[in-house]
Amino acid sequence: MITIKVLGSGCANCKKLEAVTRKVVESLGIEADIVHVTEMAEIMKYPILSTPGLVVEEKLVSAGRIPGEAEIAAWLKA
Amino acid sequence: MYGVLILLGLGWLAVYNIIQPLADWIAYGALNLGRGSHLGDAVSFFLYDVPKILLLLSGMIFLISILRTFFSPDRTRSLLGGKRQGIGNVLAAMLGIVTPFCSCSAVPLFIGFVESGIPLGVTFSFLIAAPTINEVAVVMLFGLFGWKVAGLYILSGLIIAILAGTIIGRLKLERYVEDFVWKMQAATGGLQEKLTWANRIQRAGETVKDIVSKTWLYVVVGIAVGAGIHGYVPEAALASIMGKQAWWSVPAAVLLGVPLYSNAAGVIPIVSALMEKGASLGTVLAFMMSVVGLSLPETIILRRVLKPQLIAVFIGTVALAIMIIGYLFNLVL
Repeated sequence: MITIKVLGSGCANCKKLEAVTRKVVESLGIEADIVHVTEMAEIMKYPILSTPGLVVEEKLVSAGRIPGEAEIAAWLKA
Repeated sequence: MYGVLILLGLGWLAVYNIIQPLADWIAYGALNLGRGSHLGDAVSFFLYDVPKILLLLSGMIFLISILRTFFSPDRTRSLLGGKRQGIGNVLAAMLGIVTPFCSCSAVPLFIGFVESGIPLGVTFSFLIAAPTINEVAVVMLFGLFGWKVAGLYILSGLIIAILAGTIIGRLKLERYVEDFVWKMQAATGGLQEKLTWANRIQRAGETVKDIVSKTWLYVVVGIAVGAGIHGYVPEAALASIMGKQAWWSVPAAVLLGVPLYSNAAGVIPIVSALMEKGASLGTVLAFMMSVVGLSLPETIILRRVLKPQLIAVFIGTVALAIMIIGYLFNLVL
């Protein structure tokens, strides 16, 4: 069971990132807890300046863009 | 991969060079519309400008996006760290052009900047320059007005961002930032990424796809309206209301532009047609800057970290700076 967080306060791109992440998790068949963090104080605990951000196991892996499915899959498998 | 890129580039050049004769041929030849007739001119204008702007957008946004992979917000923040007012404002405004920015990220960016000790005025210079000197606006101005107007636009955006940021910094308005911002413990360090050229090209490609898919409809509708004006509105019809003589046209353009949130893609073709009919450059630039740079959604987002007084000062100083630029251009050109 891994923890994935999508950081972003409800903008269109954040929702898109969450959807892509869910899709990748499903296709890989990984057990994951996906949390969408919208609280700014929580978001700023990660070294992020632009949303949406993606956090895998408490490590920020992407910020300010929607990574491709292959990229997300690589982070999840690592 | 590089082979594909070169082929794409050559294809781009070839298509770019045949659209004018093709548009003329369709409008005046195939459709048999008279040269110089209202409809003929409007149709050929539309058929030429739509593919031209879409080609320019994809080509130039690709190059700009490659450049931007070298400037992350994190890098900009560390470049601005320790800079004082003055130099800091100038640098922040210039970095606002090359740093990738989306107004939906204005809040984390604002918190991250002020938390790391960047002065409020310098942060504002960045937050004004980044959306105002927007890549789509610059490319469309280049395509429809030429490089001089595009250059003037960039220069004015820089001046406005430096001026407004300096004023906000001098006014010492830190107490009008919401208190939680100062108490927040923001993490620093940023995302450590090592990008290869393949990564950069791939990301630039994604950005082009994203921007073109979001703006193409605005381009088509904007140019259609512009083409109608081009073909049907008589020359100099707008000189009396949007020309240099009408002193009130600059503030009116700003007042109209602020609530009108549209993207540059839809507004610039219309504005370009208006200019042909006698609207003056200063008025037109003031209008575009207030549409693009002072947008309502961004202001609403910033309200989460700024108290109403500071929001008012922010809008007021930027609007004032835009008007000064508008009058200046009307006076000089």
